[in-house]
Amino acid sequence: MADKLVADKHLRYILNLMAEKKKESFESVVMDHLRMNGAYWGLTTLSLLDKLGSVSEDEVVSWVMTCQHESGGFAGNTGHDPHVLYTLSAVQILALFDKLNILDVEKVSNYIAGLQNEDGSFSGDIWGEVDTRFSYIAICCLSILKCLDKINVKKAVDYIVSCKNLDGGFGCSPGAESHAGQIFCCVGALAITGNLHRVDKDLLGWWLCERQDYESGGLNGRPEKLPDVCYSWWVLSSLIMIDRVHWIEKAKLVKFILDSQDMDNGGISDRPSYTVDIFHTYFGVAGLSLLEYPGVKTIDPAYALPVHVINRILFTK
Amino acid sequence: MDFDETVPLSQRSEWADVVPLTQDDGPNPVVPIAYKEEFRETMDYFRAIYFSDERSPRALRLTEETLRLNSGNYTVWHFRRLVLEALNHDLFEELEFIERIAEDNSKNYQLWHHRRWVAEKLGPDVAGRELEFTRRVLSLDAKHYHAWSHRQWTLRALGGWEDELDYCHELLEADVFNNSAWNQRYYVITRSPLLGGLEAMRESEVSYTIKAILANPANESSWRYLKALYKDDKESWISDSSVSSVCLNVLSRTDCFHGFALSTLLDLLCDGLRPTNEHKDSVRALANEEPDTNLAILVCTILGRVDPIRANYWAWRKSKITVAAM
Repeated sequence: MADKLVADKHLRYILNLMAEKKKESFESVVMDHLRMNGAYWGLTTLSLLDKLGSVSEDEVVSWVMTCQHESGGFAGNTGHDPHVLYTLSAVQILALFDKLNILDVEKVSNYIAGLQNEDGSFSGDIWGEVDTRFSYIAICCLSILKCLDKINVKKAVDYIVSCKNLDGGFGCSPGAESHAGQIFCCVGALAITGNLHRVDKDLLGWWLCERQDYESGGLNGRPEKLPDVCYSWWVLSSLIMIDRVHWIEKAKLVKFILDSQDMDNGGISDRPSYTVDIFHTYFGVAGLSLLEYPGVKTIDPAYALPVHVINRILFTK
Repeated sequence: MDFDETVPLSQRSEWADVVPLTQDDGPNPVVPIAYKEEFRETMDYFRAIYFSDERSPRALRLTEETLRLNSGNYTVWHFRRLVLEALNHDLFEELEFIERIAEDNSKNYQLWHHRRWVAEKLGPDVAGRELEFTRRVLSLDAKHYHAWSHRQWTLRALGGWEDELDYCHELLEADVFNNSAWNQRYYVITRSPLLGGLEAMRESEVSYTIKAILANPANESSWRYLKALYKDDKESWISDSSVSSVCLNVLSRTDCFHGFALSTLLDLLCDGLRPTNEHKDSVRALANEEPDTNLAILVCTILGRVDPIRANYWAWRKSKITVAAM
């Protein structure tokens, strides 16, 4: 049982992950190709805890740039292929350090815009996988780069709306089951493009608040699934974007997240008493930010970056 | 498999001509990944053939070795596709390869996208095989999101709708709370070219769903499915007596959660259902509150009590009720 966020322990957990070279772990082996995502999760968490200064900006930024492909897209790691997943994380990392100006914006934005399909959907890369996750990524990234006009926004929005289900939720493609992760992506994309009126907020808000489990206070991602800390982000950010967050019981959710911390070694897991990882550490802290937990900076629910970072972007140039 | 996994690549004569490329992380890499020796070596050899763009049979075998170590590595999947194309490799064998990898870990996007890429090339002839594969995956995890996505794609692109409704039933018999199966059921009745569409299927589906509800009234999925059957047809939704009947039936029971029955009744009332005395008595029997309150408001009050974690939502619903929705 925990009654507070052990921020110092999480800081140490993240910095250890980022510093140690010789650690043997299954997690490090499987994370090789998605290091860019891992870096985004770790660095954004540090930023939310006001500790971004603990890492070397130059080292991070120069490593990020080694992951850029000649197509303009970024890979998950040096020497891997480009993909929108890592392109967004790269841009978000640069945004954290206020280093977007080093980007060839034309190049990056052309890479993303080139992945829009005829029906308005987006592919993840040249191999053509389509998923509403990529719609969000494209829109979020181009918005940060101020190049949304490079895509057909109307078609992009119409495609997302075609993935809306009768329960008010969204899936990965038309007809696919509503899932909180996909809902975050669709609602986020609609929010960024000013199309939240295409969401049935009352209906979706109800579906989202039904994700809260009475026993644990945690949130699941679909009916009859187990609660998981990462849904503290996907569900909560969606509720905030549609202005219905007061429909969940905040105190119980805070407790669920806090109870999922490793109080000794830092890090947060998917639920109490399980193994921690960087993914759930980020989503736990981000969730607490949305719940206005003291000591955690405010995060933007649509861009998944600290508000002060987004303000810097939106109010300059 | 015809390679000896215990012999390091550097000691295999087949690879003697290749210089492995180490990862250039720079002096102080961010989030450095500490590597198990075998993984590091395999990645070094993969990197060599990737950068020299060698699309040979041994390259194909190497991608398999690499994927066994880390099936999430998307660059390896990409390169494997290039090699498969260059070699004009037997794609039926490739389906088997994917199934072998899936045995260890089927929860990765790359594997499923690769499967789709292969199946698309093979065409409608493999519809049955794709349905069989997803069925096997779903037998281990009946809510596997990737598997359902692939199954929906298969039906759409390759066909095979004939037995899908029966399959949904099979899964719901095993677990009536399987939201994915309910979603698939909706997918079938609205999109199958072999059925008549939602309206034609409504009567039989309502009957099916009511049976499921009565067996397990605390099932969010079945109640949502019931409502979805009346998509865009509010008139039928409020006038079909079997809908309000199932609410009353559940509310009269003392052995189950009443929340979904109450919220469904609330929706009906707000959509224009004129409550009968039976409705009123049924609700009032559950109330601790004043009996002459507006019925819909009374339902909200009760819901705030039986579903307390969503008290704010039910309070909001209550605030939206106008006198006209009595």
